[in-house]
Amino acid sequence: MVDHAPKGWTMNEVAQKLALDIPDGSYVNLGIGIPELVADHVPEGRELIYHTENGLLGMGPVPSPGTEDPELINAGKKPVTALPGAAYFHHADSFAMIRGQHLDVCVLGALQISGKGDLANWSTGEPGSIPAVGGAMDLVAGVKHIYVISQHTTKTGEAKIVRECTYPLTGKGVVSRIYTNLAIIEVQPDGLYVLEMAPGVTKEYLQAQTDAPLVGFP
Amino acid sequence: MIQKVVGSLEEAVAGVFDGATVMIGGFGEAGSPIELIHALIDSGAKDLTVVSNNTGSGEVGLAALIANRRVRKMICSFPRTANSTVFPELYKKGEIELELVPQGTLAERIRAGGAGIPAFYTPASVNTPLAEGKEHRVFKGNTFVLEEGIRADFSLVKAHRADRFGNLVYNKTARNFGPIMCMAANTAIVQVKEVVEAGTLDPEQVVTPGIFVQRVVEIAHPAHESELVAAKRRYPW
Repeated sequence: MVDHAPKGWTMNEVAQKLALDIPDGSYVNLGIGIPELVADHVPEGRELIYHTENGLLGMGPVPSPGTEDPELINAGKKPVTALPGAAYFHHADSFAMIRGQHLDVCVLGALQISGKGDLANWSTGEPGSIPAVGGAMDLVAGVKHIYVISQHTTKTGEAKIVRECTYPLTGKGVVSRIYTNLAIIEVQPDGLYVLEMAPGVTKEYLQAQTDAPLVGFP
Repeated sequence: MIQKVVGSLEEAVAGVFDGATVMIGGFGEAGSPIELIHALIDSGAKDLTVVSNNTGSGEVGLAALIANRRVRKMICSFPRTANSTVFPELYKKGEIELELVPQGTLAERIRAGGAGIPAFYTPASVNTPLAEGKEHRVFKGNTFVLEEGIRADFSLVKAHRADRFGNLVYNKTARNFGPIMCMAANTAIVQVKEVVEAGTLDPEQVVTPGIFVQRVVEIAHPAHESELVAAKRRYPW
């Protein structure tokens, strides 16, 4: 059997599209993993300031081998650099920036997103799993725009964009946009509006991959 | 004469009693006061409630304190990290308690504890399992959850430089929980790479004023947790 499913964009292409939507001069927090790809695609001439919640504004790229400093790391506990104009601060100040709505954009991964913008990204709630939340609940409660970047479905093909999240929530009604390999989707009070679809993706195919109803298309 | 600098790690951690609440600084290995934690293991103190963002890695530092069964309860935001196996195994066996707190709420609870604020409202965790059973209140149409400040009997913190008054400066992202944990403890114990003469630290640049610090010990060449973990070291060695 031939697989006719459209491949959609690569996650690098999705990260590039997301990066284009972040205005010049924004203060940005990137979650661990796929969200970190966004930093590689900031358009020429645009200046973003990256916040890492362990205590640095003005985070720069990964250091060259041999120059890593174990006391200069990001939220994923990986070595980073500090750009000219950077600032260090303690954790209470860092989360004052987050909770106090001083950050413009936060890009996070997701286990599930609901049609109303609810986000579940910290626990599958499985018995025996070790719960760990980190800063995700503070970020979704305080950052002005929460963008999710994710594969459209799980590795086993189940919908991640669902009517109601079945996993424990990180926050309710917090996601403003969803960027996936198949589409860019905006969360509005009355439902999910598709802004753009990847090449070869049809409305019918996209809806079939999405449990929550899509109420608008480009 | 005020002299907060002590001569040994043993003196630095003296008096930590069984059942104490101990805050331990660090985010991953950055800012983790490994030498102080090892001295705490040597002291024999047990049944501790430990407040720290993570649970350590390998079998050194905080992970060693847990592996040596000195910790009754962890209050933290992210108890699993790469190379973190000690806490998860004990937790799965039901042999250690966990109070899971969102990272910003943890930081603010510590800050509040140090600032004489018994409790505060935060938007973080509303509508999630972590807010269940807690008091909620609506301000200007938005719902918030009440969280209590935390104080500790002792804090173990790593900073970069100190003077005899306990004034501190930190190094890069190793600052993380240090300043607020010093504020929130009855006895804040700090290891620094270098003790300097009073007057050397520019008062404009002091991050933690000495009033928040009770004991300082100089550890000129602190170990790096990741190197100890890579070498599969285990404390006590």
